[in-house]
Amino acid sequence: MILQALGLTKYFPVTGGFTVNKWIKALDGVSVQVAEAETLGIVGESGSGKTTLARLFLLLERPTSGSLLFDGKATRDFGRDDLMRYRRSVQAVFQDPFSSLNPRMRVEDIVAEPLPRENGLGGAATRGRVGDVLQMVGLPRESTALYPHEFSGGQRQRIAIARALVGTPKFIFLDEPVSALDVSIRAQILNLLKHLQATLGLAYVMISHDLGAARYLATRLAVMYAGKLVETGACDAVYTRPLHPYTEALLSAALPLHPSARRQRIILTGEVPNPMNPPAGCRFHPRCPRVMPQCRSEEPEWKEVEPGRFTACHLY
Amino acid sequence: MPEPSPLLVVDDLKTYFFTRRGITKAVDGVSFTLHAGETLALVGESGSGKSVTCLSLVRLVPEPAGRIVGGRVLFEGDDLLRKTRAEMRRVRGKQIAMVLQDPMTSLNPSLTIGTQVSEVVRLHQRLRGASLRERVLQALRRLRIAAAETRLRDYPHQFSGGMRQRVSSAIALSCAPRLLIADEPTTSLDVTIQAQYLELLKEVQAAAGVAVILVTHDFGIVAANADRVAVMYAGKIVEMGSTLQVFDHPGHPYTRALLRCLTDAGLKRQQLVEISGQPPDLARLPPGCPFAPRCPERQAICEQVAPPTVTVENGHTASCWAASPVAT
Repeated sequence: MILQALGLTKYFPVTGGFTVNKWIKALDGVSVQVAEAETLGIVGESGSGKTTLARLFLLLERPTSGSLLFDGKATRDFGRDDLMRYRRSVQAVFQDPFSSLNPRMRVEDIVAEPLPRENGLGGAATRGRVGDVLQMVGLPRESTALYPHEFSGGQRQRIAIARALVGTPKFIFLDEPVSALDVSIRAQILNLLKHLQATLGLAYVMISHDLGAARYLATRLAVMYAGKLVETGACDAVYTRPLHPYTEALLSAALPLHPSARRQRIILTGEVPNPMNPPAGCRFHPRCPRVMPQCRSEEPEWKEVEPGRFTACHLY
Repeated sequence: MPEPSPLLVVDDLKTYFFTRRGITKAVDGVSFTLHAGETLALVGESGSGKSVTCLSLVRLVPEPAGRIVGGRVLFEGDDLLRKTRAEMRRVRGKQIAMVLQDPMTSLNPSLTIGTQVSEVVRLHQRLRGASLRERVLQALRRLRIAAAETRLRDYPHQFSGGMRQRVSSAIALSCAPRLLIADEPTTSLDVTIQAQYLELLKEVQAAAGVAVILVTHDFGIVAANADRVAVMYAGKIVEMGSTLQVFDHPGHPYTRALLRCLTDAGLKRQQLVEISGQPPDLARLPPGCPFAPRCPERQAICEQVAPPTVTVENGHTASCWAASPVAT
């Protein structure tokens, strides 16, 4: 199975009174794919379009243009059965386990909710399956009767992971899965995710601004800036030898974990561009330390620079 | 040459919250010193007492639930805990300034930036008219707010996150304080903007000679910015030393565990060593070491008697039964 985005674009209208006069270009022509059992890390700053991309993949938004393919079939042509299969195969875990779990539902009902009612899963079978996934995520089977407020943040994130796992999905979208958690709890959740992937053969799409966490989990990395992909490639290759100047600056802004590693960082000037009015040419050119005349007018083409390494930059 | 007297001496500070569930010892016997121009990082997880420590220093603990029940805070030799409210108002903003985590909530959305910066300068420096305006502009320019003259009339929502944090830092530094308390100043900022801000803060600090208490949960920020570190757990400082000492020879099992469980953008790790369990409930602390239930190196004594503070090397202490001086 494979999930594929082809030129995905999403514009949100900004209404002024009754007329739409402006568009927020949240995502602009993004093509990326996720294969079985791999982890695609999507990194970028706020407003880069990471979350919009995930929402399109989860069918929570319709793309303005471009298409989304699942096993070669476009989601826009899905019938009822295809849609059921898609929703079972693609699940999500969100950032904040305090808002993603309904406080008035018991853990059992939260976790069992994605299970289809009609295919013969009665009370006992459902309970058994819920108990199994709770155990998989490291919670006691007896926690089913409790409410979310009786758990800590890390445990709640485990419940959210159990809910994603219960229907045996193939792809899980992790939207900042550890950002809301304490440092000492992050490692627990990251290790759990890694372990589950190894035992269940899951594919993850991990959206994060935490470059350390992305490096730990991801096998392939996609870097986004202002609604566009700037670079993709094998995770280690991108971290050790970034191609695009933005990737280079982003990685250099990540702080080293030892005081003796204090080094000269590339400090970008300026801010992320306004998505209503992105700059012409390359969207990074106003902040780029290696800007050239053509960057201001011509939009760089998305191309394979080395085997498996794609980037959109006039330097290559 | 005699050692210059420290700018700030915090001695056995205790701040408790009195709730229906019992007494929560948010800060329980915290002591440290800070010299002029130095950066001390307070690191710890949520609920470890870093923010309450900072609020206690400026006497802004939410009353009546919270109360400073003991200790001394000597700022340039004066005990801040003995000052009257009116005296404290003259210290806050003038000698000790704060920058908070979220500039969207620490700035007033209905007042212009000019009004908010000039408020502090007017109160503490008693300036009016053109000289007031000049000082305000100077404060904003120092934090690299472009076109400061025209932006005086703008409101906080017209600024980006990074600029808002620079504006609130400009307010904090406008009266040339001796001590700046920065409570998670970059947590709400993006990575590249965080790098911009931290670099600028370092520059301004070096130029003004101000001491900084940097509260953070991010060891990357500590490694990049702090001279000394205090690691907090359950209301206590469990380890303190220079940044290099703490990173190179962490003396407390909690610090060691934290450093092992961090993800690093510069390094692919195969497996993270996790810390099991949860941070403790501050209203129901165990009698011995608060970290004992999660500690991989726990001994029988740890669960019964609070550990001593051991000097592991010159200027580096750890509160642990197993800590011993580093052989040099």
